[in-house]
Amino acid sequence: MAVDAGAQFHVLAVDDSLMDRKLIERLLKTSSFHVTTVDSGSKALEVLGLREDQVTPSAVSPEHNEIEVNLVITDYCMPGMTGYDLLKKIKGSSSLKDIPVVVMSSENVPSRINRCLEGGAEEFFLKPVQLSDMKRLRPHILKGRSKDQQLQREENSNTIIISSSSSGSGSGSGGSKRKAMDEEPSPGRTRLRFSAGSLTML
Amino acid sequence: MALASHRHISSCLCSIHSSLCYSTRPEMERSSLQRQLANLKKSLFDQGNLDEQFDQLEELQDDASPNFVEEVVTLFFRDSSRLVANIEQAIEKSPRDYGSLDALVHQLKDSASSIGAAKMMKECTVFREYCDKRNLEGCLRSFQKVKKEHSTLRLKLENYFQLLRQVGPAEKATRSGN
Repeated sequence: MAVDAGAQFHVLAVDDSLMDRKLIERLLKTSSFHVTTVDSGSKALEVLGLREDQVTPSAVSPEHNEIEVNLVITDYCMPGMTGYDLLKKIKGSSSLKDIPVVVMSSENVPSRINRCLEGGAEEFFLKPVQLSDMKRLRPHILKGRSKDQQLQREENSNTIIISSSSSGSGSGSGGSKRKAMDEEPSPGRTRLRFSAGSLTML
Repeated sequence: MALASHRHISSCLCSIHSSLCYSTRPEMERSSLQRQLANLKKSLFDQGNLDEQFDQLEELQDDASPNFVEEVVTLFFRDSSRLVANIEQAIEKSPRDYGSLDALVHQLKDSASSIGAAKMMKECTVFREYCDKRNLEGCLRSFQKVKKEHSTLRLKLENYFQLLRQVGPAEKATRSGN
């Protein structure tokens, strides 16, 4: 994984209880995370800079213009926007959906846990959250980042050049390969322009 | 406390700085405080007022956050006092809304679990069971127990933090029972 192992990751913690925010902040800081705490789902979305889903792809990822958040950890039971609501909003946003989300709750309710996992949560922590739980966060961030960086290379390159004698690996500018394109039997060179989720031939 | 009779020569030499340095407290006084602290901690655990979650909090305390445990405990009592007052109102209300009452007790229990207030958690569980059954007598009885434990815990922890302060910042309380 092309990730700096010493990098400090930024976690956004969401909880309406001041005491719980203090606890989770300490747990995260002790585990070498950079932390931002907010007391509601709506504040969390503000920090994340959630906008309407972008229609036109941009060369630069929107995250570069805002505070980069590597993981969101949220309480389930909150007045107004619940942790589940926040989860759905994040996963439903094209710019935020790859941010891993962990949900916390004091109640061990299987249906609730399943609902969150099915909604896209990476994990479900039972409160009180323990120091040992913090170890489970980094893998989710690294997994997400690796995918992000791959997407970043694709977006930055904007074009992938395919030659008829494509060897199928690494010869294009950018480095991201899509199976379908490699198999494309184009006679000359075909310039392709794409962004996450769509592919248009010019 | 006059402990001049126990002072040694070396302590006399240090006495000039004694008002400034914790480390130069007369040995007897300091170890007595440490003993009191250890005993209080042990009693909190043996009596079941606290459980290992409290140890977790102490593990999170360090130079970067030297008063972490006391700060969290203070926040707990702020939350729990408010909840106890709300429960008091809810339980006296007529007609009684057992659903709201249960929700409040649930919040109190969750709060208690964050600092390892084991006895409070247990009493809250019993309270919730009575709410479920809409048993008023049971609710009133268990609420009395919750309030009593709340006061006891508050007193014990106030003593605990006071002793901690007296013993000195460098001192970390020993683990429960050790």
